[in-house]
Amino acid sequence: MRPLSALLVRDIRLAVRVGGGALVGVLFFLIVVTLVPFAIGPDLPLLSRIGPAVLWLGALLATLLGLDRLLASDYEDGSLDLLLTGSTPLELAVAIKALAHWLTTAVPLVVAAPLLGLLLNVDLGASWAVSLTLLAGTPALTFIGLIGAALTVALRRGGVLLAVLILPLNIPVLIFGVAASNAATAGTVPFGGAFLILCALSLMSLVVGPVAAAIALRQGLD
Amino acid sequence: MSLIDLANPSRFSAVTARVLPWLIVATILAFAVGGVQTYFAPDDYQQGATVKIMFIHVPAAWLGIAAWGVMSAAALGTLVWRHPLADVAAKAAAPIGAAFTLMCLLTGSLWGRPMWGTYWVWDARLTSVLVLFLLYLGVIALWHTIDDPTLAARAAAVFTLVGAINIPIIKFSVEWWNTLHQGASVFRIGGSAIHPSILVPLIGMLTAFTLLFLTLHLAAMRNEILRRRLRTMLLMKADAAARA
Repeated sequence: MRPLSALLVRDIRLAVRVGGGALVGVLFFLIVVTLVPFAIGPDLPLLSRIGPAVLWLGALLATLLGLDRLLASDYEDGSLDLLLTGSTPLELAVAIKALAHWLTTAVPLVVAAPLLGLLLNVDLGASWAVSLTLLAGTPALTFIGLIGAALTVALRRGGVLLAVLILPLNIPVLIFGVAASNAATAGTVPFGGAFLILCALSLMSLVVGPVAAAIALRQGLD
Repeated sequence: MSLIDLANPSRFSAVTARVLPWLIVATILAFAVGGVQTYFAPDDYQQGATVKIMFIHVPAAWLGIAAWGVMSAAALGTLVWRHPLADVAAKAAAPIGAAFTLMCLLTGSLWGRPMWGTYWVWDARLTSVLVLFLLYLGVIALWHTIDDPTLAARAAAVFTLVGAINIPIIKFSVEWWNTLHQGASVFRIGGSAIHPSILVPLIGMLTAFTLLFLTLHLAAMRNEILRRRLRTMLLMKADAAARA
């Protein structure tokens, strides 16, 4: 267990200390949310209606940000080779790396969502629902993103390709995330069903993501 | 000669060279038969002649999905047996599958214009086919971004299998999303049983399109094998020049 916890602590330290870390993601989230009223006009009832969707979309884009560096920086400085040859299973190692990434990029978004909801005139109940659904759904985004990061690890400019590869795979998460957030206030469909499917998507990607990423790394780097 | 002998790329090329002309003839014949059947198929009492778009639209949709199946099977061959022919099969299938998916989207959109009054609606079926098309483009981009063909094949194989797991989930969620927003969909195709006068030409066209896919796929695989040989020869030549 010790190597894994050491890896977790190392990755969190790197994320927090290098280049502003977690807060840049939140800043990006804030800017995306700020751009929306400029694009569609300062119509408060409209904003409050589409607010949860905007928050989810912003969070979805913000989770993309650091993904291309998730494994690439380790590949460049050689620590990925150590993980590949080490005795710790690669699946667990990449899962821990994704967990560290989730803690430092997605959790701040979850915390920031209710505040940004105020800007979009989303009422407090819906804001909490967005936060809760983000908490349940962002693991899926990060762990699906992990696959993309593993596939593009050796490419010099893998960032755009990564986004193109994984965004279609994120569609179900977006659908059920927004549906559950809307269900909390609009009430046409039950909140529970959509929320549970969102949790199921996250749990599934917790399994598929690390396994696929480990296969991609083993097959791609020998 | 047993089937396993085909696993040798040279022998595969030799066999396809002999099979391909026959396959082309069979495809042309099947299209002739299917075309005549389609021509004499009755018009729909509401949709008129536009219903005949279906005879292109449905086979294209079928092959758009089937090509991902071919790629998934080939992906297993790549990852489990590391077989170069599996790489070639997967790479050759991707653009063909994408083309059929695009054809499905375009014909659907042309069909939708007179029927629904618009080229595009965010109907569940249309949307999930669009997402499938995006996934195809992603795979093709991945193939083209990684220089080394063996490494590209492995990356594409992992993505193909992840996609194969996710496509049903995407389809299910898109359907759920659409019914959530629209209630009962007006745009249900094939709600009722199909009359034999339509079904027979449809089967004819499905056969013709499947033969077309086979022909294109085998030809593309042969081209890819030749392309790889050429690449190896160029690399060897460059290597020899560097040594001299």
